[in-house]
This record gives sequence, C-alpha cells and structure tokens, in this order.
Amino acid sequence: MLDILVSGLLLSGTYALVAMGLNLQYGVARIMNLANGEVLVLGALAAFWLYTTAQISPILTVILVIPVAFIGNWLIYRFLLTPLVRRSKSQGALEVDSILATFGMSFIFIGIMVSIEGGFFFYKYLSEPISILGSTTSLNRLVAFLLAVLIAAALYIWLHYTRPGVAVRAVSVSTEASGLVGINVPRTSALAFALGGTITAVGGALISTFITLDASIGVVFTLKALIIVIMGGVGEIRGAIVAAIILGLVETGVATLVDPGLTLAAAYFIFVIILLFRPQGLFGRRAV
Amino acid sequence: MYRRSLFGLAAALAVAGTSLFAQDMIKIGAIAPKTGPLAGGAVVTQWPNVRLWVEEVNARGGLDVGGKMKMLELIEYDDKTNPGEHIKLAQRLATQDKVDFIVAPYGTGFNIATAPIYGKFGYPMIAVSAITDKMEELTTRYPNLFFTLGTTTAFVDGVKEILIEQRDAGAIGNEVAMVNVADAFGIELADRARELFGEAGFDIVYDKSYPLGTPDLSPVMKGAKDSGAKAFIAWSYPPDSFGLAEQAIIEDLDVNLYYSAVATSFPAFKGAYGNKINNVLGAGGTDVDNPAIAAYRKAHMDITGEVADYWASANTYASLQILEQAIVGAATLDRDVVTQYIKDNSFDTVMGELSFTNNFSNTFWSVGQWQDGVFRGVKGSNVEGAVPVRAKSGWSE
Repeated sequence: MLDILVSGLLLSGTYALVAMGLNLQYGVARIMNLANGEVLVLGALAAFWLYTTAQISPILTVILVIPVAFIGNWLIYRFLLTPLVRRSKSQGALEVDSILATFGMSFIFIGIMVSIEGGFFFYKYLSEPISILGSTTSLNRLVAFLLAVLIAAALYIWLHYTRPGVAVRAVSVSTEASGLVGINVPRTSALAFALGGTITAVGGALISTFITLDASIGVVFTLKALIIVIMGGVGEIRGAIVAAIILGLVETGVATLVDPGLTLAAAYFIFVIILLFRPQGLFGRRAV
Repeated sequence: MYRRSLFGLAAALAVAGTSLFAQDMIKIGAIAPKTGPLAGGAVVTQWPNVRLWVEEVNARGGLDVGGKMKMLELIEYDDKTNPGEHIKLAQRLATQDKVDFIVAPYGTGFNIATAPIYGKFGYPMIAVSAITDKMEELTTRYPNLFFTLGTTTAFVDGVKEILIEQRDAGAIGNEVAMVNVADAFGIELADRARELFGEAGFDIVYDKSYPLGTPDLSPVMKGAKDSGAKAFIAWSYPPDSFGLAEQAIIEDLDVNLYYSAVATSFPAFKGAYGNKINNVLGAGGTDVDNPAIAAYRKAHMDITGEVADYWASANTYASLQILEQAIVGAATLDRDVVTQYIKDNSFDTVMGELSFTNNFSNTFWSVGQWQDGVFRGVKGSNVEGAVPVRAKSGWSE
C-alpha cells in the first residue's frame, strides 16, 4: 500500500509538470495542442541523445532544453498558430482549427524523431535503488520528482506574484477584458504558449530518466495531460496538480492491484466519470 | 523519323538491359521492424544476419543456379512493428518488386499473420523468430511455411526441467512468480507454463501480464517481490526484458532463479547490467566453443561490426543457408521446386546438419544462462555443448 503511495506520488510529479504545460497552452493561449506529447518526447529524445553521444547528464540537458524549447515553441505560435488565432471568429472555431493544425504537426514531429532514433530511448541514469519510508524506488524517479516540484513551484510563484504572471492569468480569464485593461494579449498568449511547450519538453527530459520512451509514444502523454487538464479544470494550476496526483496514484494502484494492462483504461475511466459528473473539472469555474 | 528510331533503339536497349540485368540477379525481399516496439530485437537478430548473408554470397560471386552465377539483390522494408503495414509491403514485394524469395518476418505474431500472404504467392518461408505449438495446424494450411526455433512446449519444458532441478537441489521451493507480455508469444508461453508447471507441482503465486511496450514495469516487479517466490519467470520481449532486469536490480529481487525470455541473450543485456546479471537465465543459448559457431560469430563481427546474439542470430543465419543451399540444389528460381527441395533434403549449416520433418526442424537451444560474461546454452533439443545450470544469488557486480 505504501509502495503504491510512494510510486504514485513520484509519478504524479512529472505528470503535473506536463499537464501544467498543456494548461498554459490551452488555458491561456487557447490552443488545444495535440502535439503536446510529441514535444514531451522531443525533450526525452534530447536527453537520450545527449547522454548516449556525449555523456551529458539529463539534468544539464533540462537546462539546455529550456531556451531551445522556448524559442521553438514561440516560433511555432508566431508563424503557425497566430494566423489561426487572427482568422478565428470564436473560441470554438479556434479550437477546431488548432486541433487540426497541431494534429498535423504531431506527425511531422514523429517523422523527425523516427529519422533520428527509431528504437527505444534506452539509457541508464541514476538507476540506483533508494528507500523512501520503507518502499524501494530508483534514485532517478526521486530526482525527477524533486525537479518537477521545484519547477512547478517556481511557475506557481511567477503566476501569482509577478506582473507578467498576473497578466497571463488575466488572459486566461478573459481575452477581451485583459485587452481593455492594457494587457498585450497576443504577446502574453505567445509567452504562455512558449512557456507551456518549454515546461512540457523539460518534463519529457525528466521522464526519460526512468521511463523508456520511443518516438511514437507521444499521443499517450497528450491524452494523459488532457485528462489531467480537464479533470483539474482548464487554466487551473492547482487543479492540475491535484488531478495529476490522482492520476499517478490510480495508475500505480491499478497496475499493482488489478492488472498492468489496465492503467490506460483506468485513466480513461476517470476521464469519463469527470466529464459526466463535473465537466468543468474539480476546480474549474462553470462556463459562463 | 531518325530521332524516333534512335529513341526506339534506346528504349529497346534499356528493356534488353534490364531483362539481362534481372536474369543475373536473384531478388531477395526482407521486411522486418526498424522502428516500433520490436525494432530493438530485429536490429540485433534479424537485420545484421540478412546483410551478412547477402554480402557473403555476393563476395563469393553469387549463387550457382543451374550453371549460371547469380548475385543477390536485397530489398528491405520497415514494417514499423505493424502487421497491417507488413502485409501491405509483402504485397508490394510480390507484385511490384517481384522478388524471387523472401526472408521470413521477425516475431511470432508476424510470422503467423503473414503466412497467408506469403503462402498465396508461393514463397518458401523459413520462419526463425517464431515459437508456437500450432505448427502442425499452420504448416498443414501453408505447406511452404517452415519452423526452425522450437515449440512453445519445448521452451516451457526447458524452464520446467530447470525449476525441478533447482527444487531438488533446494535452491527454490514450489512457489513461482511468473509474468508475461500480452502478445501472441508471451500469452501462449504463459498458458502452456501454467499447465506444465502445475503438473510438476509448482504453485504460481504471482501471475500477471502487461502490454507490449509498457514503459513502467516497476509495479510488476514490486508485485513479484512481494509474492516471496524464489523463482521468477518472465515470458518477455526485448524492451521489457531490459525493463524487468533493471527493476529487479533496483528492487534487489531476492530469487535463486531468474529467467526472462527474448533479449536476455543479447550482448546489450550484458552491456547494460554488467556482472549484475550473472547467472540470469534466458531463452535461447549457444555453444560458443563449437568451431562452426565461433567462425560464424567472428564473420558476424567482422562484416556487420556487431556481436551476434547468443541465440537466434545463428538460427537466422542457418535459415538463410538453407534457402541458399535449396536454390543451388534445386538449380532453379522456381519457388515450388525450391520449397519441395527444402522438405526433401538436409542442409549443412552453422547450427549443424538441419532437416525438416513435417516442415519442422528439431534442432534448437531452448534455455541459456549468463555465466561469467558468456551466455551459454543449458537446455536444448539435438544440440551439443550444454553446461550445468547455476543458481542465482544477488544482483551485485
């Protein structure tokens, strides 16, 4: 039982990080990014590739990934998604357009990654046993969890206690109203999108230290992030954290107690329940 | 007019050229994963041997087909570990590329799934990486399908014998923890193991399956550890054999017998875990001291630049030797004649003298063990050089 608690919590740290990334992109920039999982796998690929070719520690890769992913995502938003934002008459239209555009983008990413590495991103980093509260786990999980917590905390503080952070939250509440009070909405949206993509890629680099990924697994993480975002409430950072913990615990619990093959089924089951009984999410505001 | 006739001449020459070219070549088609979950296994066991064989044959000047030397031309496709993709590509090989012969696919499920299409085009299909108990049913339905790596029962029997030996020696009790990958290969082995282990008086105290490509195997290993069994058996595939070993080391799984199936025999397995995996058992095995095997392993290293695995690499190469000798022996590229030749004759290969009874070759290794840096065969059928099994103790270097 303690095993489930410890493993589940450790897993949920990185889930929370990835979900926060999608949350910024969807909640603030209003882009339902279906290539989110692929961005995560790109981060993982960077960690794998740098570690196997140049023995660069994945922790260092995380730092290297930040500027690259930020600029990359900003360019994607600026040149690929801004035309869609301008063209769309309503948020619904933008959602449909962005889903289609990012869905296509996900295939481009997969193609690029397969051409770099078709097999598994298999490498070993800090895979030493460590005991927490009497439950054994690997050191890389703990390190990834701690870094995820650190980054999430930094993001939370930034969003709540700085001027640009407040602007980001304002845009997430209403694009029109924040425009009226002098917030540069297109710039804030681009910032949120780029930041979201960066956090996702960092999450990928962290996850790759303890889970062996491959180029085609991105969609699984997109769906997990989507489940967490919907469960926690769109645009809600606290909600995402709570939802990520629930998902991590449920997945580990199901794998341990029921069957490892049913983890994904369990995740979807929660998703369906949430959509049926609390479509606005655990912490979400009811749509106006 | 002049121009047209010149064009016609050129066209005629081109046609003559290609047909002349085609006559001197034997086209070999090979489809196997280069990406997806099974790519990790195929790039170790399947692809290097196909290339090794083609290079060696061409370096000798090709194959003598009825007094005419013909070079091999290899056409490779990546099936992305997707049976649907494989079948589309097989169609393409047969109808567009018009290959003369094919290399059987990689993986049990793939060989079974593609038997109808290769059968329809009459290709002799010498399956290697395929273990099943449905051989009789399959070879009756597809008479050009051959099996060379053993049956499910033989593989489970090999493990069962070791379990009994170790129980008699007092290293393990009656309790066994068993997991399997939820794929044609793993499911069939686990089903058979439940029957055979049960008959032998073993109690499977932990029995779980996980999907192919499961990224996180830590709950599986925790469960096995909690069961307290002193024997751990995993009917696993390449990605998960690695994942399970890693988790076993992290959890310090306290067993005296540890077995994982495919990929345990890969040199990379030792590369990843060093001496921590000493005395780990796995599917396959080989006798590295056998001169024919030693020569083959050296050629594999020299030409492909990679160490051959300690199991199906040799069988894969032997299957290509069978195809080669059958083409030369039958002195034709007629696929029906070559298929019949395979059924009626015996072949001199790196695995020794191989022949087929009801399309099944009964010479193979079933269980091997890492002993001081080399994966040696400990159980097999009609093979020589088996060494005694050792008990596992701990996961330290």
